[in-house]
Amino acid sequence: MESVVARAGMWLAALFVAIVFFVNAVDTGFAVHMAIFGLAALAGLVISLRKTDYLAVANGTRLAVDQGRYDDDLIRIGVILTTFWGVVGFLVGLVIASQLAFPALNLGLEWTNFGRIRPLHTSAVIFAFGGTALITTSFYIVQRTCRARLALPGLARFVFWGYQLFIVLAATGYVLGISQSKEYAEPEWYVDLWLTIVWVAYLAVFVGTIMKRTEPHIYVANWFFLSFILTVAMLHVVNNINIPVSIFGAQSYPLFGGVQGALVQWWYGHNAVGFFLTAGFLAMMYYFVPKQAERPVYSYRLSIIHFWGLIFLYIWAGPHHLHYTALPDWAQTLGMVFSIMLWMPSWGGMINGLMTLNGAWDKVRTDPIIRMMVLSLAFYGMSTFEGPMMSIKSVNSLSHYTDWTIGHVHSGALGWNGMITFSAIYYLAPRLWGRERLYSLRMVNWHFWLATLGIVFYASSMWVTGIMEGLMWREYGADGYLVNSFAETVAAKHPMYLLRAFGGVLYLSGAIIMAINVWQTVAGKLRQEEPLRQAAYDAAADRPLPAVAAE
Amino acid sequence: MSTHSTYELLRQLADSWGLVATMILFLGLVAWPFRPGAREENEAAANSIFVEEDPRGNDNVQ
Repeated sequence: MESVVARAGMWLAALFVAIVFFVNAVDTGFAVHMAIFGLAALAGLVISLRKTDYLAVANGTRLAVDQGRYDDDLIRIGVILTTFWGVVGFLVGLVIASQLAFPALNLGLEWTNFGRIRPLHTSAVIFAFGGTALITTSFYIVQRTCRARLALPGLARFVFWGYQLFIVLAATGYVLGISQSKEYAEPEWYVDLWLTIVWVAYLAVFVGTIMKRTEPHIYVANWFFLSFILTVAMLHVVNNINIPVSIFGAQSYPLFGGVQGALVQWWYGHNAVGFFLTAGFLAMMYYFVPKQAERPVYSYRLSIIHFWGLIFLYIWAGPHHLHYTALPDWAQTLGMVFSIMLWMPSWGGMINGLMTLNGAWDKVRTDPIIRMMVLSLAFYGMSTFEGPMMSIKSVNSLSHYTDWTIGHVHSGALGWNGMITFSAIYYLAPRLWGRERLYSLRMVNWHFWLATLGIVFYASSMWVTGIMEGLMWREYGADGYLVNSFAETVAAKHPMYLLRAFGGVLYLSGAIIMAINVWQTVAGKLRQEEPLRQAAYDAAADRPLPAVAAE
Repeated sequence: MSTHSTYELLRQLADSWGLVATMILFLGLVAWPFRPGAREENEAAANSIFVEEDPRGNDNVQ
């Protein structure tokens, strides 16, 4: 009973705090956000009071949870939410791609212009789709590989829903015009503080589960997850050291200014790619690829070298985002050299993942989920080759600030992160809901090809437009003046922007097919369909030849 | 200590002992899975995700 009262009291206190901040808010955006905080606290209060079994509390007969089963409630919700956020994020991406081709789609409203919708897209795909996928799969994998039920179940629920609240606050903030204008770290100071609390709780749940493991060895996927959680905590805190103008307002100013501020931002920005979008998703790869292929990882040794290589090299690569700026030259060169060295562990990891299929390559033909995993590893390899190449100063002088960068990011994000997450969702859905198989494997196949074609359209159009605009920007005439105006490069890019948007349509269609497939799998339906491959069989020919009498 | 000398100190450290220490730590960690007898451990770890029975040797997974 005490715990029910304490819990309700906590929610009520949170509600009161939110109301105090709401009443004193100095700007509308802050007031809206405090109202959202308040509503979340109210929801927590109502749910915690209604879900309590008072009769059992009164009789002292509360049932203990079954320790012989994994704690999968959150993971089921997480799979659904990951699918949902994926579709939302890709849809917003398609909207902004269309806005670039047809500016009228900005609609002339402050809430829907490109500047506000772009961070909505990047955060929706990275933090909502990717982040929810990471929390969900990390909770799934850490339990299985440790052979232990999730530690601190109450805190785990706080982590999961607290992170969703962070997503809602970030998304609404962008539309309302609240931003601290740092790439991939746009949410303002109070949302950053909230995420810090959630993240520390996440670390506690994850480490707690590892500590109660019954398996002697900590499987390598957990190493990657742990490095992702720890490093993101460090990056987030340092990058978001801002001083608010008022504790009742959304506005704040960064502590670091000028080139120091730029370096901190890109130290954060590049390691967000390295530890959020690489280490975390590699953890998924090191669990789901061997499980789906039903073979252990090609080389466990290589996976350890892969891990330490990434840890020691990635953290220095950030300055390559600041080539030819006020950043000291030695720092730029350092960033470039470490980026090039990163090629080795990245390709080691790609080879390790691909070679896991050694001796089972036929599965690429027969199992569309394996095919998706292979494609995601191929894109991991391609984007980790392209990235180091683009970090070379002389290449960067052509590629920087152009659409080539956008193409590079998307071959990594759509190809590597997207495809490995889709295959993880397809792996998880039948298992979590106790279904015999997915609703339809043929729909997975459709998703695979739509997504692949979408990436091809996206990446190739961005290569063309990026190199084209890079060349146009640097073209000098005989008299020493620049030949092209900026507006001329924008006009020249229009056809490629249409192709990019078309690629987005394909990628989004694939994700919608996945959503239908997951929905039907959850509903317990099985689509009657031809299997993907069957060896030829002719019943008429399946008989002995009659003996022919000798002449 | 002035800001300038803090910078100088860290810069010197990063170029000398800091670099040596990080390099030794990195090489040690990479060499660790190659130590004698690590092969079986690596094999067991790689296969641990497929083992269905209780690793403690109990028959019933509780």
